[in-house]
Amino acid sequence: MRYEAPTTINAAVKLLAGKAGQARVLAGGTDLLVQMRTDRVAPDLIVDVKRIPAMRAIAAKSGGFRIGAAVSGAELGANKALRKAWPGVVEAANLIGSTQIQSRATLAGNLCNASPAADSVPALVAAGASAAVAGPRGKRTVPVESIAVGPGKTSLKKGEIVEAIILPKRAPRSGDAYLRFIPRTEMDIAVVGAGVNLTLDSKGVCTAARVALGAVAERVILVPEAAAALVGTKVDAAALKRLAAAASAACRPIDDKRGTKEFRIKVAGVLARRAAETALKRAGGSK
Amino acid sequence: MSTVRVSTTINGDAVAYLCEVDETLLDVLRDRLGLTGSKEGCSTGDCGACSVMLDGRVVCSCLVLGAEAEGRDIRTVEGLAAGDKLHPLQEKFLEFAALQCGVCTPGFLVAAKALLDRNPDPSETEIRFALAGNLCRCTGYDKIVRAVQSAAAELRKG
Ligand SMILES: Cc1cc2nc3c(=O)[nH]c(=O)nc-3n(C[C@H](O)[C@H](O)[C@H](O)COP(=O)(O)OP(=O)(O)OC[C@H]3O[C@@H](n4cnc5c(N)ncnc54)[C@H](O)[C@@H]3O)c2cc1C
Ligand code: FES
Ligand code: FES
Repeated sequence: MRYEAPTTINAAVKLLAGKAGQARVLAGGTDLLVQMRTDRVAPDLIVDVKRIPAMRAIAAKSGGFRIGAAVSGAELGANKALRKAWPGVVEAANLIGSTQIQSRATLAGNLCNASPAADSVPALVAAGASAAVAGPRGKRTVPVESIAVGPGKTSLKKGEIVEAIILPKRAPRSGDAYLRFIPRTEMDIAVVGAGVNLTLDSKGVCTAARVALGAVAERVILVPEAAAALVGTKVDAAALKRLAAAASAACRPIDDKRGTKEFRIKVAGVLARRAAETALKRAGGSK
Repeated sequence: MSTVRVSTTINGDAVAYLCEVDETLLDVLRDRLGLTGSKEGCSTGDCGACSVMLDGRVVCSCLVLGAEAEGRDIRTVEGLAAGDKLHPLQEKFLEFAALQCGVCTPGFLVAAKALLDRNPDPSETEIRFALAGNLCRCTGYDKIVRAVQSAAAELRKG
């Protein structure tokens, strides 16, 4: 095994694309090193991206944000402008692990690890975030929901790397929120996670919404039917009830030690409703 | 497996070492540098016994590669006391009997110091939240929280 810490994205892509065996990006290492320790992966090459300055920064971009793929959860939480514009994304990222894990864990690592229960991903999907991908054949920008294709599997091709997560410009009167259910208050894997992002017009009518669920399918899912329940309404009790029903209906979960199918389906509706209520408040609406 | 040469700073001293590519910072500290204060509880980021400061942030050294420390600033529990004079957190852990077997203690001390450096007057909830990544099988946590509160009060007096 070889360890490399390049200082440019091009150099990182070259290393990853050029290696015959298994090559892995190392961001915070909070998934990768655990997987190496437990012999689930045995890379021939590790490319540490934390020394690439462009990947370490949070930049304002076309009214939105470009978050370098090596930015840690703690750094996200310390960015006031980001917290103000996208509180749901930041609260989801900051739910990951402990203080120690927050010092290292990244959004891009959470995304590329492709766990169906990854906490920041439903919030990113709801936010309409995209991933800037660099590879041997150039660059492309894709919606974050197209990265994970199944547990531990991504659509990234050999040599491709996520450079940054891009959050779009915020329309006025918008709000987002993320909630998860876990048996304790921190340091656990989501049994269900729900992210909601919505925009209101000047009369308080919802003009756009996105709803995403975690841990209820083989990957994080976008639920357009749940979002449709909100659009055109004042996000009143009847709309929230339809949202909850649509969220529950979209679930195709498994039974495991953390929760049964029935429990996950029910809780997905409840959390989607509560997240929508918080997003509504943050958008300046009231219920 | 290839070997990496690393130059870094540990507790203010320049240190150079050779390590294997897959060797963790925790293993380097304990097995190569004789700094056995940091403990190995789980080696998967769950227990916090291996907590150290890396460029001013608390991390699990079991989830950092030794190779990553190149040019970084590392602080371990060994750097907490000033010579023979214990840090107020260490004094208060003793005074409040905030340890029994002691395996978790170095990690709690490092994580508590990281908290107080950022927030000199944390509430009990903030202390419990900040230390949620440190597990203790013996004390039931209460004495640890009291010790941190008391050390915080002492440090605020200056
Ligand atoms: C104690 C503990 C608690 C945890 N709690 C939670 C939790 O509450 N919620 C949660 O969702 N997760 C949790 N996790 C999992 C983990 O911390 C997160 O998934 C984290 O966001 C991973 O980010 P990272 O930067 O550490 O990724 P890494 O471990 O560095 O990488 C993860 C994977 O993504 C790939 N990768 C990383 N960056 C890129 C990139 N830029 N381009 C392409 N591929 C890339 C890596 O090759 C690797 O396969 C926990 C882990 C631990 C150890
Ligand atoms: S040994 Fe590192 S967290 Fe347990
Ligand atoms: S004192 Fe024994 S684990 Fe904490």
